Amino acid sequence: MPERIGITLKVNGEEVRQEVPVRLNLADFLRQELALTGTHVGCEHGVCGACTLRVNGRIVRSCLMLAAQADGCDVQTIEGLAASGEIAALQNAFIEHNALQCGYCTPGMLFAAADYVAARRPPNREAVREHLSGNYCRCTGYQSIVDAVCEVAAQDATKGGHK
Amino acid sequence: MTVFDAPNSYIGRSIPRPNLSRLTQGRGTFVDDIELARMLHAAFLRSPHAHARIVKIDTGKAARLPGVVRVLTGTDIAAVFKPYVGVLTHLQGMRSPPQHPMPADVARCQGEPVAMVVAESRAQAEDAVEAIEVEWEELPAALDMERALEPGEPVIHPDFGNNLCWERNIDTGGVDAAFAAAHAVVEETFHFGRHTGVTLEPRALIADYSKAEEALTVYYSGQSPHMLQGTLASRLQVQEHKVRVVCKDVGGSFGIKIHTYGDEMATCAAAKILGRPIKFIADRQESFVADIHARDHRVTARLAVDKDGHILALEMDDLTGIGPFSMFPRSSGVECNQILNLTGGPYRIPQYRARGRVVFQNKAMMCQYRAVGHPIAVAVGEGLVDLAAAKIGMDPAEFRRRNLLPDDGYPCKSAAGMRFEGLSHQAALAKLLKLMDYDKLRAEQAALRKKGIYRGIGLASMIEVTNPSPMFYGVGGARIAAQDGCTLRLDAAAGLHCLTGVTEQGQGLEAVMTQIAATAVGVTLACVRMHTGDTDKTPYGGGTWASRATGIGGEAVLQAGIELKRRVLEIAARLLKTKPEELDLVESKIVKRGTSEQLMPLYELTRIVYYRTNELPDDIQPELVVTRHYRVKDYAFVFTNGVQASYLEVDTDTGFVRLLKHWCVEDCGRAINPKLVDEQCRGGIVQGIGGALYEHCIYDERGQLVTTTMADYLVPMPVEMPEMEIGHVETPTQTSALGAKGAGEAGTGGAPAAILNAINDALAPLGAKVNAQPSTPEVVLKALGKI
Repeated sequence: MPERIGITLKVNGEEVRQEVPVRLNLADFLRQELALTGTHVGCEHGVCGACTLRVNGRIVRSCLMLAAQADGCDVQTIEGLAASGEIAALQNAFIEHNALQCGYCTPGMLFAAADYVAARRPPNREAVREHLSGNYCRCTGYQSIVDAVCEVAAQDATKGGHK
Repeated sequence: MTVFDAPNSYIGRSIPRPNLSRLTQGRGTFVDDIELARMLHAAFLRSPHAHARIVKIDTGKAARLPGVVRVLTGTDIAAVFKPYVGVLTHLQGMRSPPQHPMPADVARCQGEPVAMVVAESRAQAEDAVEAIEVEWEELPAALDMERALEPGEPVIHPDFGNNLCWERNIDTGGVDAAFAAAHAVVEETFHFGRHTGVTLEPRALIADYSKAEEALTVYYSGQSPHMLQGTLASRLQVQEHKVRVVCKDVGGSFGIKIHTYGDEMATCAAAKILGRPIKFIADRQESFVADIHARDHRVTARLAVDKDGHILALEMDDLTGIGPFSMFPRSSGVECNQILNLTGGPYRIPQYRARGRVVFQNKAMMCQYRAVGHPIAVAVGEGLVDLAAAKIGMDPAEFRRRNLLPDDGYPCKSAAGMRFEGLSHQAALAKLLKLMDYDKLRAEQAALRKKGIYRGIGLASMIEVTNPSPMFYGVGGARIAAQDGCTLRLDAAAGLHCLTGVTEQGQGLEAVMTQIAATAVGVTLACVRMHTGDTDKTPYGGGTWASRATGIGGEAVLQAGIELKRRVLEIAARLLKTKPEELDLVESKIVKRGTSEQLMPLYELTRIVYYRTNELPDDIQPELVVTRHYRVKDYAFVFTNGVQASYLEVDTDTGFVRLLKHWCVEDCGRAINPKLVDEQCRGGIVQGIGGALYEHCIYDERGQLVTTTMADYLVPMPVEMPEMEIGHVETPTQTSALGAKGAGEAGTGGAPAAILNAINDALAPLGAKVNAQPSTPEVVLKALGKI
């Protein structure tokens, strides 16, 4: 098995071609090779959710995926998601409700929250808690995060209804 | 009218934090986000044994691997880093031997670092760690704190003769007589498991030593930069003013990131040896084995009451195992000390006797973690109170009403000698019972019991140590500042820079300080820029711990702001040819006092002061900068009080506990930003719930930690957590003009007691009770006799 492998992928809409160690995970690739440090590493074994981001439109844990596996994929990090404007309402709600303290879980939490909102699910507290249950936050106690996500989900309801 | 009730005051308003946008955009700067030129990476070989002699370390093979720059052992580090001793002299009799960042002779717990690799990348460093060959001679280990002092048990530090680190006794003298005369006595033995902080960002630092300047810069994820500066300067023998500690964003701390860790110290030592920047980021497994653990206490306690339910006496015996050393520089005796100081603290208790023993053992080191001692003190005190109420057939809320200190009885002193300045236990309890609709909840509980549904209501009154004076650490010889300072500086365009010695790790400190500064000076919030966490820039201070940042750091901001405003108005009066008392500074405008009539914008004044000094009278200094420091003088600690309640359901078949609701009424004095106080309470409560129900560092019989992943060590996740309702009583402290006390730890301090009491309330009709935390399904089922 070679120690390095060439990969071509899209990151936040831009094409990236790079040769990477085969053992490098996607989170470390984004952080160390592309300096996209908004993807945070919390446990490196897929439990804490801090490294959550989008690959081909679905949220994944970038610590459990090798960079080599992202070959040919469309990857979106928090930097790209924030710049896209898609989560402006969520970001504002997080700030308004103090749904973050240290902010280390926040990029991953926003991806999980955006996933809920994008699915046009209703502002149901139990359902939001269930949806965020793969994302660990040590600071807030979660209630303010649920408040923020429900507020945005409710705004969404007034715009077009829920699925 | 004071600065607090002025219509334009920002104090008491729930203003969103100014520093959140970058964090919601993924633009924070945590230590691992920093890359320096020629930076190297450290990884550690850790002891696989609880107790073992290092016969030989062969680093040759590791040193030859790709990317490896140096392999260092304890001997190499000891050559440049002086050992440290984690004792406080005011905790009389405490002992702990000199400790090195990495031992050269004996490893005394699993996970203790014994060798380090410095390489071009972390991956290469980890590869090389695997190639280090160590010959170990395993030694018998002292693991069980209950046996640590028994004859025949291995003695970890042979010169000491036994494994005792410290013992403290309190005795008011009349305990035996009080128990003999009691109408009822209840007794229980409580067990509190080890748990740890699990900060989502692990411990992290980069050490950068310049041989040219003989200066060390450390980028650090921590909460007390000046303390670390002092430690590094004295141990590494670098002039203290040439050690700079910089804390940018800190991904949670909770007391974890305030201690002297061997891996971090060795990284700094290696940077001095190599003259290149070195990064060390703990991985999650390292965090579990090498971050400090906390709690791990066994408390046997009894309470005597008279026939009317008045408490007569409390007696308790606390035993705790702290690992092989007492942690430098805060010591590992403080949790036990707090438990002796605080247990039963909300109540009038005429007689009190307590013994606390702190013992060495071959497990990870224990030290101060959020709410130090409080979760245990409150669970023991409140657990006994509920047992006593049940024994004499009294409602637990009524029992508390009878025994809580009266709101008009301050100042007063507890049986343990704690002095209380002004608390509101009775008002807080009344507010809580109303908030939760206590009587209705009791009726609901009774109705459901008839259907075989076991719900419990648990109450917990508490006191919390905040705003500590030097009585905490300074008097014991530790280089830990109890005072704190603030510099306020108005720049040429009327921007207000606020530099403070207290630090932000997510609690919202920058918002709180911004509100105080803007209010005291009279500027808009938007023109305030905060500077924290940099020993080169900020006034010398203690940092953020023991719920001190707002109460102590905030008072320094207030006093600096009042003086800066005075100077501005003095200059304005001269320029406007009037008297300072005719003027006011409001929202960055010089106005005629009592009106909103603008006489001059503040930026006009600053422009004159800095650029057109010719327009200033000769006796006016062009100096719009003020520094003020503040210390607590009249009390050892400024206590807060609060009360919490838990409502939960126990599944008697599976032992699972479902949390239905949690309430908290907190009195932290003047609340600068009520929303942030609420969020400190909520986050703290959930952290307390973690220890009460899930979190446990479990060791096997050979001293191996078996909970080293987040799949094995369970933390609170969103779906299991309750909704929390928070209420407030405000009793501003008279020890400062600001009147603020701390709010950071009460949630964590009180929640475990409320959960314990609620579980036992649920189990009461079944004749079962739990006395151990975490109260896992196994604990509950054992209590029910089902397993």
